[in-house]
Amino acid sequence: MHLLDSLWTEWKIALRFLADNRMQTLLIIVGIGVGSAVIVFITALITGLQANVIERTLGTQAHIRILPLDEVNRVLPAADGALALILENPRAQRLRSISNWQDVRDALDGQTQLLAVSPLISGPAIARRGVARASVALMGIDPVRYQRIIPIAEDLIAGHFTVGAGHAVIGKELADDLGLGIGDKLRLDAGEGRETIVDIAGIFELGVRELDSRYVYLDLKQTQTLLDLPGGVTVIDTTVRDIFEAETIAARLARLTGLQAESWMATNGQLLNALRSQTMTTQMIRLFVGLSVAFGIASVLAVSVVQRTREIGILRAMGSPRGQILRVFLLQGGLLGLAGSGLGGLVGWSLVQVFNIFGPGLFFIPTDPTLIPVAMAVATVTGVLAAAAPARRAARLDPAVAIRYV
Amino acid sequence: MSELTHGFTDGEEVLRLERLRKTYNPGTPLELEVLHALDLRLVRGELAALIGPSGSGKSTLLNVIGLLDSPSAGELYLLGQPTRAMDDEQRTHLRNQVIGFVFQFHHLIPAFSVLDNVLMPLMIRHGKPTPTDIERARELLDAVGLADFAQKKANQISGGQQQRVAIARALVTQPALLLADEPTGNLDTKTAEGVFELFRRFNREFGCAVLVVTHDPRLSASCARTIQLVDGSIVSDQMNP
Ligand SMILES: Nc1ncnc2c1ncn2[C@@H]1O[C@H](COP(=O)(O)OP(=O)(O)OP(=O)(O)O)[C@@H](O)[C@H]1O
Ligand SMILES: [Mg+2]
Repeated sequence: MHLLDSLWTEWKIALRFLADNRMQTLLIIVGIGVGSAVIVFITALITGLQANVIERTLGTQAHIRILPLDEVNRVLPAADGALALILENPRAQRLRSISNWQDVRDALDGQTQLLAVSPLISGPAIARRGVARASVALMGIDPVRYQRIIPIAEDLIAGHFTVGAGHAVIGKELADDLGLGIGDKLRLDAGEGRETIVDIAGIFELGVRELDSRYVYLDLKQTQTLLDLPGGVTVIDTTVRDIFEAETIAARLARLTGLQAESWMATNGQLLNALRSQTMTTQMIRLFVGLSVAFGIASVLAVSVVQRTREIGILRAMGSPRGQILRVFLLQGGLLGLAGSGLGGLVGWSLVQVFNIFGPGLFFIPTDPTLIPVAMAVATVTGVLAAAAPARRAARLDPAVAIRYV
Repeated sequence: MSELTHGFTDGEEVLRLERLRKTYNPGTPLELEVLHALDLRLVRGELAALIGPSGSGKSTLLNVIGLLDSPSAGELYLLGQPTRAMDDEQRTHLRNQVIGFVFQFHHLIPAFSVLDNVLMPLMIRHGKPTPTDIERARELLDAVGLADFAQKKANQISGGQQQRVAIARALVTQPALLLADEPTGNLDTKTAEGVFELFRRFNREFGCAVLVVTHDPRLSASCARTIQLVDGSIVSDQMNP
């Protein structure tokens, strides 16, 4: 209110000048509106699209997986002056536990950038029911921790999410392949005579074929016994707060734990590339549309300064200080930006609704309630900045010359 | 003749010029000294006409006195304050406080109403007009006979009416010095006489000093004092009978 009061005269003159040049004002507002509508719509569209893609990809996988280092052949260093020729076969990677995984887990729990940490043991097995067989991945988990990575319970289509005490949760495809329902029994064979029979407690459908057809969730202990790694875990899954920081965080975790840390960004390079170029394209579009809006405002005000030279001279002759003239034109820039982006924001928002209701329906664009206020604030600031050059010109006019201008 | 108009020595000094010079385009081949070492003094309540042939420097002098333009040499005192050393901001402030301008082409702001035009110097001075401000502006409009035109746009009234609005505007701040540059230049004789009558009246009522440029000998003769400028020098300065 104080700002309004102290700038009362500036407001009055700025608004009058804009209202007086009705056609010019209207046209530039429409121009700014079109630009803002494009920016708002593109931003909402791309944000929605990316959120959708990320949600689909990352909703069913860990952001960073901590794994034991690969086993490598140890080669004795050759004696000084001797040339050693080595013929090397890479070693087969057997299933290995992360040593001291409890300590690693506790260390990871202390990392504020991580949202969830879930140690698990995973290994291959054959699932049998009668004569039907399927190759599966055993997943021995701590259900509470694992749910924070992938909320399986939300995707259950039958039964309960109960693992442990001879209960297993499997995917829909596997259940269909083996003709399993809730309460049915399933034989799991992890090789070398290690076998067990579990009851099916729940069936999930995540919509990812690999998971729905292969994953068998079991109790951690039972899986350790089946895979012959008593007390061990083979991987620690984690999720991070800022998914685009995953790579840097992974590098840090690798140094911290001395283990391998694989981020989703490393394993989904293509996707990441696509997202990045999309983001860049959007920013380019925003920048250039923003620039053309700014130049539009600047040119309209430059014309207005020339048109109003004599009036500026009159105001100066009546004792209006340079600063006041400057503020009158800065305000006009800000007001044009505000009004234009308000209009454009509304149009952009409507376009999003139209897209959601009548569009191809591939995905839903969420409307971020802060998008339009932010767009308007940015446009207002842009308007003020664009007005800077014409406003300075107006303020610097020599009153004795300006008043004679016709 | 009003009892407030005493002559040179009595009354509070409003304006004093000391060896004031104005040179256009100094330091260039187009250099031209328009005003040559002028001395002049004006006191409160004086009504003076400034006459002289075209190109003699009358408008230049008025612009310099009104702080729209700065002198090249000499000193200009307004209400006793020397103004040469002032920066733009101080000069602008002083202009708003002390000077009222009336121009030949009235120079109203067409986007605003008649009333807002009259209020403009006060709005520039302190923002939103107070009820007292508005009352004062309306009184002045009434005094110039335009009370009914307050809400009209400034470009919707006749030239003579616009000039009267400009006078009301120049007086709304109760300036110590009213400067008028050929205010009746494009008005017919009857309207011009009416406008001059306003100057005489406000000069009498408010006691402000008035310096008015005119080409009309009849009008200048009706002022208490006539100053004649020829080629940038004051050639005569006399009290009228
Ligand atoms: N901005 C300027 N630059 C250069 N010379 C100027 C400028 N303004 C006025 N002059 C010159 O100064 C001289 C005085 O001009 P000025 O306008 O003050 O005369 P005036 O007495 O008001 O004339 P008029 O009666 O025609 O209005 C003229 O010779 C004019 O050409
Ligand atoms: Mg002149």
